Amino acid sequence: MPEHGGVPIELRGVTKRFPGAGAPAVDRLDLLIPAGEIVVLLGPSGCGKTTTMRMVNRLEEPTSGDILIDGQNSRDINPNQLRRHIGYVIQQAGLFPHMTVARNVAQVPKLLGWDSRRIAGRVDELLDLVGMDPGLFRDRYPRALSGGQQQRVGVARALAADPPVLLMDEPFGALDPITRERLQDELLRLQEELAKTIVFVTHDVDEALKIGDRIAMMQRGSRIVQYAAPAEILTDPADDYVEQYLGGESSMKLLRLTKVGDIRLDRVPHAAEDADTERLLAEIEAGGDQYALIVDEARHPLRWVTVDDLAGRTGPVGDLGDPVGDTILGRMTLQDALESLLNADTDVVPVVGRRRVYSGVISLSTVQQAIQDIKARERERRRRRHDGPRG
Amino acid sequence: MTVTTEAMPEPGVGRAAGMLVPPLCYLAVAAVMVGYTQVAPLDSIEQRSLTLGFLAQRTLEHIQLVAVSTVLVLLVALPLGILLTRRAMRWATPGVLALVNLGQATPAVGLIVLLAVIFQIGFWTAIVALVAYSLLPTLRNTMVGLEQVDPALVDAGRGIGMSATGVLRHVELPMAAPIILSGVRTTLVLNVGTASIAAFIGSGGLGDLITTGVSTQRTLILVTGCVLIAVLALLIDWLGGVAERLLAPKGLS
Ligand SMILES: Nc1ncnc2c1ncn2[C@@H]1O[C@H](COP(=O)(O)OP(=O)(O)OP(=O)(O)O)[C@@H](O)[C@H]1O
Ligand SMILES: [Mg+2]
Repeated sequence: MPEHGGVPIELRGVTKRFPGAGAPAVDRLDLLIPAGEIVVLLGPSGCGKTTTMRMVNRLEEPTSGDILIDGQNSRDINPNQLRRHIGYVIQQAGLFPHMTVARNVAQVPKLLGWDSRRIAGRVDELLDLVGMDPGLFRDRYPRALSGGQQQRVGVARALAADPPVLLMDEPFGALDPITRERLQDELLRLQEELAKTIVFVTHDVDEALKIGDRIAMMQRGSRIVQYAAPAEILTDPADDYVEQYLGGESSMKLLRLTKVGDIRLDRVPHAAEDADTERLLAEIEAGGDQYALIVDEARHPLRWVTVDDLAGRTGPVGDLGDPVGDTILGRMTLQDALESLLNADTDVVPVVGRRRVYSGVISLSTVQQAIQDIKARERERRRRRHDGPRG
Repeated sequence: MTVTTEAMPEPGVGRAAGMLVPPLCYLAVAAVMVGYTQVAPLDSIEQRSLTLGFLAQRTLEHIQLVAVSTVLVLLVALPLGILLTRRAMRWATPGVLALVNLGQATPAVGLIVLLAVIFQIGFWTAIVALVAYSLLPTLRNTMVGLEQVDPALVDAGRGIGMSATGVLRHVELPMAAPIILSGVRTTLVLNVGTASIAAFIGSGGLGDLITTGVSTQRTLILVTGCVLIAVLALLIDWLGGVAERLLAPKGLS
């Protein structure tokens, strides 16, 4: 079945006051969540993240204010109908222990009155989507699953009726760090395909930076201190509170956010094995380099050749030079690339993109330059924005 | 046939056969007891109370008392228990529980005689007494069972778009089923015992053998009555156990 993308959500002056409580849990909140983006609500315990999220699917009714989902006021939609079209994932997955995995996933389609053949097909499709073998897991009970597997099923259940919106309340909070990382990666991979509008609640800064297209930094009363992309939050925290919450190491965090494929890589001369030695030598010296990279027909990096290897030789390059030891993948984070660089035998390491095709080289100074570029770019953007209204 | 995990073995044929051993033992005891009364030398009073037909009729009456009262308990306790655990009705819980406790705390004989004085002697008076006396376990377990359901599951149910009754039917009741069923089992066993007292107000049942045995000083009649009641209680308890196992949803423990 074709999966559908997301729809925008708009919160307008939303307030939630619990009976008996003094200050409102959510105080006149305005928030625009663009279609197809992951918006992370980030803030300390008790600041109102969960309450904000639960008002979107009307598990809590706003005391005042409006919530528009794809332009339609949520008050005008029957709550049960509304919730069947908004995926809901909670910590510990909240699977029904007395139902098999398949029945858990089938709940929303069943509520929507799908016939059983269509439901069965959809269940298998979804289990595949979240990386679980339907044949193996379909008939298991949640008790017989690990925490990570339960959470995958929880995501499958939420996606069952292909809702445009997904609400996730600390979905990975109870998992060990390795499983959490893996599920985060898979959520991002899923999102590339599905492009849902996802509201994601967490109080883990690293998770927010990694997952979010935008982050809403919140204070008590769901007051938004800053609403921006992760890189901007890191390079330009709105105030001391945000800076403190981020907990320093902003450059390290930028390294974790940025992919190797997204920065400007260094270039060295490269040639095939049948290239002429003298021509290659001339090219190297013309560029002021000391070495070149030899690649095969598919442009996979093979060997490094230095000026000394080539000097005084004629004919094709052949198998001159030393084999390339390490390569770095374009989809690695700069942090992982840094780790590889520090452990590599050479100062400069080739970067490969899709299908391991050569796309440039990277060294420690490339990484350093990239971080400085990002910061400069953010500074520039900020300056333009501040000057903009006046000029 | 699908692959199930090791952790969830279905009751196999061997286990099903093994399950039948206790009830067969109980039945054997009853058969020996009844058989003895048929071959032993009896005087005329004993003969009248210990014919097969008479025993069968008393047993049937007893089962009727238990069955009807238990069904009535279910009809009252389940809806009441559900109602009292809804958020809007929580305030009424202590009062209702106190009232039901009162029924249970009254000595059974006293309650039955009192009711017989107020109303009249007979089957339905005995039923009323039995219901009043055995309502508590089922009602309390229904409430406890529903209250111990993880609120996160109820929340998840509502969150994916189940209605309140949908959550009750598909989540809360199945999750509470083991506890509710064990309450029903207690009610059943309680009813088998208490139904013996119904003989005091002429509602028949196996208790009749005991009162006859005592009043005519015939130990054999008395013992036969006691043994048959005990066997019936054990059999019904066993049936309750089987029902608990069959009706409780899988995947819970
Ligand atoms: N049902 C409720 N009744 C009364 N007060 C509530 C209720 N739910 C939440 N609150 C209060 O509202 C405030 C915000 O709670 P909320 O659960 O939204 O915080 P949160 O940001 O999700 O926190 P956490 O990170 O701990 O989950 C808290 O002060 C909390 O005590
Ligand atoms: Mg929360």
